[in-house]
Amino acid sequence: MLSLVALPAAAQATISRGPRTADGKPNLNGIWQVLTEANWDLQGHAAAAGPMVPLGAIGAMPPGQGVVEGEEIPYKPEALATKKANFANRLKLDPEVKCYLPGVPRATYMPFPFQIVQTPQFILISYEYANAARTIYMKDPGPAPVDSWMGQSVGHWEGDTLVVDVTGFNDQSWFDRAGDYHTDALHVVERYTLHGADTLMYEATIEDKNVFTKPWKISMPVYRRLEKNVQLMEFKCVEFVEELMYGQYRKKPANP
Amino acid sequence: MAKRFWIVTLIGAICLAAPPPKPANYVPPRTADGQPDIQGVWNNATLTPLERPAAMGSKAFLTPAEAAAFEKAAVDSNNRDRRGADAASDVAGAYNQAWFDRGSKVVPTLRTSLIVDPDDGRIPYSADGQKRMAAAAEYARTHALDSVEDLALADRCLLWATAGPPMLPGPYNSNYQIFQAPGYVAIAIEMIHDVRIIPLDRRPHLPGSVRQWLGDSRGHWEGNTLVVETTNFTDKSHFRGATANMRLTERFTRTDANTLTYDFTVDDPATFSKPWTASIPMTKAPGPIYEYACHEGNYAVPGILGGARKQEAAAK
Repeated sequence: MLSLVALPAAAQATISRGPRTADGKPNLNGIWQVLTEANWDLQGHAAAAGPMVPLGAIGAMPPGQGVVEGEEIPYKPEALATKKANFANRLKLDPEVKCYLPGVPRATYMPFPFQIVQTPQFILISYEYANAARTIYMKDPGPAPVDSWMGQSVGHWEGDTLVVDVTGFNDQSWFDRAGDYHTDALHVVERYTLHGADTLMYEATIEDKNVFTKPWKISMPVYRRLEKNVQLMEFKCVEFVEELMYGQYRKKPANP
Repeated sequence: MAKRFWIVTLIGAICLAAPPPKPANYVPPRTADGQPDIQGVWNNATLTPLERPAAMGSKAFLTPAEAAAFEKAAVDSNNRDRRGADAASDVAGAYNQAWFDRGSKVVPTLRTSLIVDPDDGRIPYSADGQKRMAAAAEYARTHALDSVEDLALADRCLLWATAGPPMLPGPYNSNYQIFQAPGYVAIAIEMIHDVRIIPLDRRPHLPGSVRQWLGDSRGHWEGNTLVVETTNFTDKSHFRGATANMRLTERFTRTDANTLTYDFTVDDPATFSKPWTASIPMTKAPGPIYEYACHEGNYAVPGILGGARKQEAAAK
């Protein structure tokens, strides 16, 4: 919790309500970004050397206190073994290495900003990383027509909280660089709650009967980017992975 | 073929058909913050080509009968049975109308090109522009498959014509969803999930040292028309041969409930002898926009380049 205890109750209520849209909903419009090491590992972790020796300190893993409620992700034993194998082979297997779409909830805590464009019927979230995007339907269109990386998002308001039910995932994305993964049975319920004008409290409940013994929850604050004229820029990382993925097919190898 | 049809049908046309009258002055609904409301899912597929086919000479407009005949011929051609005699030719020609969505209509004005200025409906290349285009074509002829950089940007899942900008119809999925919030218009482009978020607060462009595939867009409303100015392009996207200094002006006007008229003007003195303008009607579409995870499913690049290397090895 933020330290609001010193404020009178009326002032607290005003702050926690935050800005409103024309139709009276909490106004989530803006450019947001987390300040957390969750993308390295959702669970608490000490700093560690990175997988690439030439990168030295640049490639090292920063320490993080973890964002998982109850600290441990409740893996089934065989699934935990897969997670560990994923981590051991992360340079080959982490979809982020190949600039693949991040999935949900990972898109939220990638170390890149995202922008919310909120309308009464649809809420667009545009992520700087890999120009990923998703539309939250405020009217349920029915079951997802096809599996996808970012899933199908259906939202509704519970009081001042935007609750987003995300289904229709494929089994390709990961939750972090530590090899935490899911199958196409993944079901995510996200909760976005404004806490004052410039902080968005984010929670995601994650469920996948093939991988976890029970649903589990992560939470973190997301902060508004307040720089003058701040805007999302382009991180079309496909270009940056072409040598990695297709260099072997060069007529004259760049690094023979 | 469609091209032959244009020639056969249209040679000998006696007079220029007059353009149909402009639609009545439509008043679009407003968003809660007072912007003209251009939200929704739109599609810009059309059978009308960007440039007037050379065989059409000075003919700027089709007659309704010519347009109907052209539409029928184009759709028939797209729908023809492309199955080959063997598996290899089946695969080579497999894309038929089930894959493609190039539309089934020409533009309602019946103009013979999307380009409305200059009058000849053609891109006005300067001598320098022509020289650079020819050099690029020559390089492509001799280095078509040397490395990934030699492949089309769309094959590399970097940039589709649908995103541009300017946003031209592609071979399929020419779908867009527009969202408006106070101070912003956002355009989610179905093909390869590009999003253009256009600020309306008259802020300055990014510094000239910062270049982006989709450029850097700033918008404002002029009456019921959204005007978007885009600069800061890269020297890699080269729209129709343009340089990184291309300046693009787009104008979005909802001309009736189901039409968003999209006009754009391209200015790049290093490539074109004068600015040129095209007009494309975008029509209301049912949606939804799907996720087109192009890069994640890119078997084309390793297939094309790997095949080329195999062929070279076999030829040795």
